[in-house]
Amino acid sequence: MDLDPLWISLKTAITATLATFFLGLITAWLVAGYRGKFKGFIDGVLTLPMVLPPTVVGFFLLLLLGKNGPFGEILYLLGTAIIFSWPATVIAATVVAFPLMYKTARGAFEQIDINTINAARTLGASEWKVFWRVAVPLAWPGIIAGTILAFARALGEFGATLMVAGNIPGKTQTIPVAIFFAVENGEMEQAMTWVFMVFLISLVLMSVMNYWVDAQRKQAPAGK
Amino acid sequence: MKKVRMILAALVSLMLICSVAACSKQDASNSAPAQKVSLTVSAAASLKDSMDEVQANYAKENPNVTVTINYGASGSLEQQIENGADVDVFISAATKQIDQLKAKGLTMDDTITNLLGNKLVLIVPSDSKANITDFSGVTEDSIKKLALGEAKSVPAGQYAEEVFKQLNILDQIKGKSVYGKDVKEVLTWVATGNADAGVVYETDAKTSDKVKVVAVAADGSHTPIVYPATIIKSSKNVDAAKAFMAYLSGPQAKVVFEKYGFTVLAK
Repeated sequence: MDLDPLWISLKTAITATLATFFLGLITAWLVAGYRGKFKGFIDGVLTLPMVLPPTVVGFFLLLLLGKNGPFGEILYLLGTAIIFSWPATVIAATVVAFPLMYKTARGAFEQIDINTINAARTLGASEWKVFWRVAVPLAWPGIIAGTILAFARALGEFGATLMVAGNIPGKTQTIPVAIFFAVENGEMEQAMTWVFMVFLISLVLMSVMNYWVDAQRKQAPAGK
Repeated sequence: MKKVRMILAALVSLMLICSVAACSKQDASNSAPAQKVSLTVSAAASLKDSMDEVQANYAKENPNVTVTINYGASGSLEQQIENGADVDVFISAATKQIDQLKAKGLTMDDTITNLLGNKLVLIVPSDSKANITDFSGVTEDSIKKLALGEAKSVPAGQYAEEVFKQLNILDQIKGKSVYGKDVKEVLTWVATGNADAGVVYETDAKTSDKVKVVAVAADGSHTPIVYPATIIKSSKNVDAAKAFMAYLSGPQAKVVFEKYGFTVLAK
């Protein structure tokens, strides 16, 4: 059986998770520390890709990245296109996985005893040091949980991916897309194999995450 | 708190009034004497514009029949029927899907009728500067992305594959092909410029002014395009389905189909 969808899915999910990790982490830290009036609104906007139907996300991405969109036009002048290319799968996966990483990391940061943070500040640590050397290690279990959730979501992304990356076997046909078309084509056994594979990967990931986070929580409660 | 409670009460009563009004509206229409029949028709995606018009005309003459049309790739529609979807009439864009249903005993065999014919065309965005005059032109570098229907479930993709196979360029173009789940999606990709070329039916190309036809597939380069229609065996509205099928083969429907560019095969 052609294993391309597996490699494409893994490549996409890993790349998207890396992007989401840094984007989500930094955004979570910034929003956690923000005390302004618009906190709720900003959080709402950042969480939107998670609650909106994936087709809505796909629609907006298509508008932005398509030939007639702002980014698309620039790329077109440069002779390339993002639509129907592998990077589009990564973008779609990143956008939908971002809220999961962001929300979980933010929750983890807000659990940290503010006194620990402030103590670091009074001891002269720069904001970057406070973030990277104090907050992140303390919030680590939550951050890892968020990363694993983001990976699972990136792996399972379908709607937006199909809309902006299309179905190109060997290039953008991820496992969920392969399953969809296998069912459309009446290839039930193929579909079943892929379904089983994704089911297994996701189940293992979620279980491992749960056990690991529990173990971490028992060892070192955050910041106290 | 009192104010909130009052607003809440007002909202709830508003909702109740609306639902009562909606219910009574339905009662009024249900008290009409004629028996209401509901037909579900699964039709190939390429039939969308023409069938919408046919349905509207049919509804005017048969107000007691509600025809709901479900559009999609013929392969997808076939799958739905095989999995038990409650469909009365199925119109496919290729004989393959109906043959497969027949082999599974899901069709009323004596109702299978070849309804329409179509032509396969190669299209490019209307502002495209590519210089292509026939199907073999898709191998040019100016065509970076070729939109095709997914061959196994989309008849337009199946016909396209046959054409390219005959021209011996099928393997060559695999790298630049992107597969859509129905022919309308292929049309949209070319119309929006996200694909540099695509293969759709002549009737689809006619519905969009954002694409232009650069080549028409020659007869013999692919299996003849035939749209068969059939009543599904499990239909609970056989009489209404037969009446609708008769209408589809009739003069009024013929006018509509020919307007959109189809060839009418039914006598």
